[in-house]
Amino acid sequence: MAQPNNYGFGEEAALLKESARKFFREHFPADKLHALVAADHNPDRPPVCQWDRELWQQLVDLGWTMLAVPESAGGVGMPVAAVAGLVEELGRAAFPCPLLGTLSATYALVACGAGGEAALADIAAGEAATLALTNQHGDWNPAATEVEYRDGALHGTAWFVQDAAKCDKLLVCASTASGFGLFWLPAGAQGVTLEADAIVDLTRDQAHIRFDGAAATEVSGNALTALDSAFPAIWTLLAADMVGAAEWQLQTTVEYVGTRKQFDHPLGFFQAIKHPLVEVMVQIDAAKSLVYNAACACDTEQEKAAQYAHMAKAAASDMAAYACSRSVQSHGGIGFTWECHVHLYFKRQKHSQMLWGDGSWHRARLADIVIGAAA
Amino acid sequence: MSEESARKDTPEQAEFRTYCRQWLQANKPGEPTVRLPQSPLEIMTPEQLSYLQAWQKSAYDAGLIGCDYPVEVGGGGRKDCQKVANEEMLAARTPFLPNVIGLGMAAPTVFYHAREEVKAELLPRLFSGEDIWCQGFSEPGAGSDLANVQTFAERKGDKWVVNGHKVWTSLAHFAEWMIILLRTDKSHKYDGLSYFVVPIRAALGKGVTVRPLIKITGETGFNEVIFDNLEVDDRYRLDELGKGWQVAMTTLLHERGAGELQTPRAGGMKNKSSHTISSSAVIDLAKTTRRGAGAAADDPILRDKMMQQLIREEGLKQNQRRSRVPALLDHPMRLLLQNKLLASEIAQSLGSLALEVEGMSSSLYLADPNAPAGGQWPLAYMNSYGMTIAAGTSEVQRNILGERVLGLPKSK
Ligand SMILES: Cc1cc2nc3c(=O)[nH]c(=O)nc-3n(C[C@H](O)[C@H](O)[C@H](O)COP(=O)(O)OP(=O)(O)OC[C@H]3O[C@@H](n4cnc5c(N)ncnc54)[C@H](O)[C@@H]3O)c2cc1C
Repeated sequence: MAQPNNYGFGEEAALLKESARKFFREHFPADKLHALVAADHNPDRPPVCQWDRELWQQLVDLGWTMLAVPESAGGVGMPVAAVAGLVEELGRAAFPCPLLGTLSATYALVACGAGGEAALADIAAGEAATLALTNQHGDWNPAATEVEYRDGALHGTAWFVQDAAKCDKLLVCASTASGFGLFWLPAGAQGVTLEADAIVDLTRDQAHIRFDGAAATEVSGNALTALDSAFPAIWTLLAADMVGAAEWQLQTTVEYVGTRKQFDHPLGFFQAIKHPLVEVMVQIDAAKSLVYNAACACDTEQEKAAQYAHMAKAAASDMAAYACSRSVQSHGGIGFTWECHVHLYFKRQKHSQMLWGDGSWHRARLADIVIGAAA
Repeated sequence: MSEESARKDTPEQAEFRTYCRQWLQANKPGEPTVRLPQSPLEIMTPEQLSYLQAWQKSAYDAGLIGCDYPVEVGGGGRKDCQKVANEEMLAARTPFLPNVIGLGMAAPTVFYHAREEVKAELLPRLFSGEDIWCQGFSEPGAGSDLANVQTFAERKGDKWVVNGHKVWTSLAHFAEWMIILLRTDKSHKYDGLSYFVVPIRAALGKGVTVRPLIKITGETGFNEVIFDNLEVDDRYRLDELGKGWQVAMTTLLHERGAGELQTPRAGGMKNKSSHTISSSAVIDLAKTTRRGAGAAADDPILRDKMMQQLIREEGLKQNQRRSRVPALLDHPMRLLLQNKLLASEIAQSLGSLALEVEGMSSSLYLADPNAPAGGQWPLAYMNSYGMTIAAGTSEVQRNILGERVLGLPKSK
């Protein structure tokens, strides 16, 4: 099936994006983010999870956490393209919350078919979830999971679990006697120990989670197939978040170099400042166009979804790295301080760059699709 | 591509598309007997030109060129149909159209700014390709700083007398007409400019001299043009005196792919001398090129670079698609003004990558029987610098984007 010209991004999607932008602008400006997450600058600080639970609840009440849940499971069943619009605005605000994790779990559960329905109903009821499937070496192949399901319970550790401390439920990929399964369980269940990681990014929390015989519901006995069909949407939405965050980095930097004067000119007069910022814009735009193309493929052209999502995340990863570099450098000394908001986005973007595979990881997989595996 | 768009056609477009398809199937020209250049800007010989002119004329006569212009000026009087004809011509892999500067720059400028009778006089033969057009903007002292044009037009009754020196004038060696930016007032930089169309072929040896300049590739295609008391009728002035800079903006906007009117476009013909310039061509090249014991396509670093290239190409394509989705745009000109910069730089990195894939064989040029792809890649790579320099250099494009889109202070 071919894609609609407008990415299927219709009136409803435009409205959602616009109201999300307005919501975050009103309720969560950057100084609020800074006050919330950057109170303690000590580099040796123990890990803490700082977030605005009340504002999150408003998001839940608005129905934004169940947008991707199919109508049949009590959700809204919005297309990925529309959800990407919301996530772009979330990224622009760098709002610390478990939305990305919840959406990621949603797509994986949808791919589980009937087995995922009860779990999807939890999400539709407002619960937050996250994926737990990565090993200690950050291998993005879920078959490398260190968690094992035996004797009716989970054993082992899942690493690099995103926004774990904010979640009600976990979706775990574990090896089973017959392959790999996906398992659904409360984050606070018996036998689950959440060990928070001390991370650079202040806008997220992350943990490794130990399972010592935790009971869990198997939602799929074929985890790899389910995840394969969910990954394109997961990569695409993370890339959408990065596009929004990068636009904040760009606009904030443009504003600064338009006001700060040196050598009798605003900094933006100098091409060594101007041209790199144009390059940031050019890279943001390509990544953004690729994000909506990938999202639309998830909705209407599944057979191309992986290919296009690899392109989107690869472009977003490299773009984010460049936006980070230029946003700090163009601010000069002030950009190197804890006080300036720029570092919050710098850290979020560097985290996102690696999360679910960096540029070269995605290009290697894209090459296998486009060229065929190397001999 | 043409299949994808066909589903969105208006009834007029759908009917026209069917017509274009049928016509092209029956009338697409056969293989040329001469080696064709990679683009119209390197047409060197009358044989190359007449083959291409015959094709443009037949496409015009069939109604595939100038479709959206009114009938009174030689157009087809249709709505949004040039796009359809372009898609079908590209899908049919026809030769390209030789009168590029005429179609892409002169026609919209003449259409928006010339007197009615001048439009009717000039546009039909421009569309048909019988009159080739060229663009006399650049001068030895006016390149990126285009408004520094010094070629002067002095008024004498209802005539103007032109003296000066234009350079890099593509296609001037075949052109009947030139769009030209002239100085009519030396005391104002921008407001002292006026815009004309001038018949140069008729004046060869009588006020106009055209001398070829040789390109980095060894090809010809651009020229210098000397004006020595050329007399031009005032009816060939476009818009008002002193408005040359504004008129030139119409030209430049269309030249950079950001204008109102769709430029007729054809191409894609596959034969021994021309080839497709895209990352899929480079991937095919890598599959058949040996590197060590295996193929270049197995080399992990080349694979990564090829994917970077593919992603950049897809990004540009998706930009063009997104530029028509208002809800996903922050600024009306932001994507349009990136087109020229991206297209030219993507062509350049593609050429550079192809040479890397070819390895030492990239040393072999057009006349070498062992050259991969007939030596077209070194040619394409060198010609790509024409793209990043002409029509406003990449640096100038970045100034424009920084100033007009990001709102940064103007650089000198
Ligand atoms: C293949 C080809 C075909 C052409 N065809 C035509 C034609 O048909 N008609 C026509 O009128 N012209 C034509 N041109 C001319 C073209 O428009 C000019 O070459 C171009 O505008 C650059 O001007 P210049 O060559 O004087 O270079 P310069 O302006 O001298 O530039 C030299 C270098 O300095 C940089 N530079 C200049 N100013 C700035 C600035 N403000 N900030 C940063 N960097 C700067 C440029 O980017 C470039 O890298 C053609 C050129 C080529 C290569």
